[in-house]
Amino acid sequence: MELVLVLAIPAVGAILLALVGAQQRAAELNVVISFATLIAAGALVLRIIGEGPMTVAHEQFFVDPFNVFLIALTALVGFTTAVFSRPYMRIEEDHGRLNARRLRLYHSMYQLFMTAMLVALSTNNMGLLWVAMEAATLSTVLLVSLYRTRASIEAAWKYFILCGVGIALALFGTILLYFAAEHLLGGAGMSALLWTHLDAVKEQLDPTVIGLAFVFLLVGYGTKVGLAPLHNWLPDAHAEGPTPVSAVLSGLLLNVAMYAVVRCKILAVGAMHSAVPGRMLMGFGLLSTLLAAFFLWRQRDIKRLFGYSSIEHMGIITFAFGMGGPLANFAALLHMTVHSLTKSAIFFAAGHASQIAGTQRIAGIRGLLVVSPTVGWGLMLGSLAILGMPPFGVFTSEYLILTTAMRDHPWATPVLLAALGVAFAAIFGHVQPMVFGETDARPLPHSPALVPVFVHLSIVLMLGVYMPPALAEWYRVAAHLIG
Amino acid sequence: MPTLTLATQFLHVLAAGLLMISFGMLAQRRTRSLIVLLAWQGAVLTASTLLVAISAHLPDLYYSAALTLVEKVWLMPWILMRLMRRLGIEGDSDPLVNIPTLMLVGLGLVIFAFGLAQPISSLATTVTRQTLGIAMAVILLAFLMMIARHKAVTQVIGFLAMENGLFFAATSTTYGMPMVIELGIALDLLVGVFIFGIFFFQIREQFDSLDLHQLEALKED
Repeated sequence: MELVLVLAIPAVGAILLALVGAQQRAAELNVVISFATLIAAGALVLRIIGEGPMTVAHEQFFVDPFNVFLIALTALVGFTTAVFSRPYMRIEEDHGRLNARRLRLYHSMYQLFMTAMLVALSTNNMGLLWVAMEAATLSTVLLVSLYRTRASIEAAWKYFILCGVGIALALFGTILLYFAAEHLLGGAGMSALLWTHLDAVKEQLDPTVIGLAFVFLLVGYGTKVGLAPLHNWLPDAHAEGPTPVSAVLSGLLLNVAMYAVVRCKILAVGAMHSAVPGRMLMGFGLLSTLLAAFFLWRQRDIKRLFGYSSIEHMGIITFAFGMGGPLANFAALLHMTVHSLTKSAIFFAAGHASQIAGTQRIAGIRGLLVVSPTVGWGLMLGSLAILGMPPFGVFTSEYLILTTAMRDHPWATPVLLAALGVAFAAIFGHVQPMVFGETDARPLPHSPALVPVFVHLSIVLMLGVYMPPALAEWYRVAAHLIG
Repeated sequence: MPTLTLATQFLHVLAAGLLMISFGMLAQRRTRSLIVLLAWQGAVLTASTLLVAISAHLPDLYYSAALTLVEKVWLMPWILMRLMRRLGIEGDSDPLVNIPTLMLVGLGLVIFAFGLAQPISSLATTVTRQTLGIAMAVILLAFLMMIARHKAVTQVIGFLAMENGLFFAATSTTYGMPMVIELGIALDLLVGVFIFGIFFFQIREQFDSLDLHQLEALKED
């Protein structure tokens, strides 16, 4: 029941907003719908904590501690982004960059995107997972090109083609997976595509076919995670789309794609009886982290800068899932949470910062503390958090990942440390002059909604300082499920 | 070598046709002819799906063949043709493509695809298992076409050809995915083509051309 609500509310909301999205009150309606989704997700979490994993609708949907945690996170960030987007999009409309028709498209697609992600997270069917991932891409493509500028159209085209090809490879992987399971589970009905059934027989799946399937699935969904060398779409899409879209792409879509990769990895490890899938994840992860860290130096656009930072962090998470084991998985899940919260908070602050300065160029943004102390502090604290400064939660997860790497794979530690060091110097060097310094820019016409920024950052702070035992237990159970 | 039934032999002929069409697309410069070839690819796909449905007695595949016929032979090419007419680029061609080199690379890809498919086809029990290599070759050739071409429309055609290859892979290894999933994939693809259409207009409005060489402003400098 709760799950039906979680999926139905945004789906109905998308239709509703497609009808009335051009009205003045559409932004408020968007917030209300997102809030209702959050409440439903909260109820779902309580149910799962109380009753354990469950399957719904002839096992087509499946909720366990691993995905319910991502569902809750998605609903939370979806809600706060809706709150942030209300004044932000109003200012963009005042600046003449958007009109009522495009806002209708934006609001409707925003809810459709939420629906697609929630379906992808909760489905038990690998085929439906693919369909939902593709739907999530399709619903955001037109949002990236919402401003209809040359750069935004180019970014959206690149996003569409690269992710389209990536996801086509994932479809081939899914076909191979189905093929491998069909012998064991029978081709009639959906059984051979249901993850729970696959998980039960994974030991008997043919290792050659599953190995090949995993390569395709990893490359396919990995494109959406933003893993190097398939990351090219990510900084462009993040920089050229409207800021709320950057926030949900970075904070949520990357996590959902990561979730798909992890589900596939569980099957591959079981079938192949070897560490090869894990090694592949570690390799991709390290490469992404290192590459992104060095690209951070050369960025001149504030949103591109943080786009590359997302690649870096997804690389770290991929690496941690690749190492596997309860501790590394625990750290990776924690890192997914804190990265998602921190990065969306940073995008909120960066969005308003570029509205104040009238440009996204880092060189053009100066003296944020003078014009708007909340935006300035939001950006500064957010950056410190994402750089892994104690006492924020990112420090905890990165520390856990580094110590696990030191114990199990000592060779990887210097690479990770170097990447983190380079990223620190690059981001801090860029952010510091933007926040401090002198400026003659004027404050914004509508007061920005920065409550989400500080809500996110305080959750991240709390996770770093004191993690409630119930939450820690929950992460532990989820980490154990991943194996 | 076991003797092959008539249906299987006919399937092999169709699969070979699919591969030939892929090479034809690789060598075709004119956009209009490319769309015609795409429709032909859809037609061959429909015929092969139908043949598998008859020889293996699978009612689900009849629907799937009907879906292919409507979507890939009629709807998609029709939408693309209409778009071309609206944009006034019917006679466009891509003169800068080095076709002999493309053909050679394509040949290499086909050999690679057969090598990759070998261990899998030996496990399959379907009547169509030997064609998996061809399906993979079709996918890779479409990939090559997307890389080599610079027009927005041609890239989309390459993308759709790749989807055709995937569909063929699904029928040849597993008798197709479950119907619901196939419907979902078809829907996604259709929405994708619509969005591509919107994009063509947006790109042309901003850049006055559909040549993707102009979309190269965003890169690391």
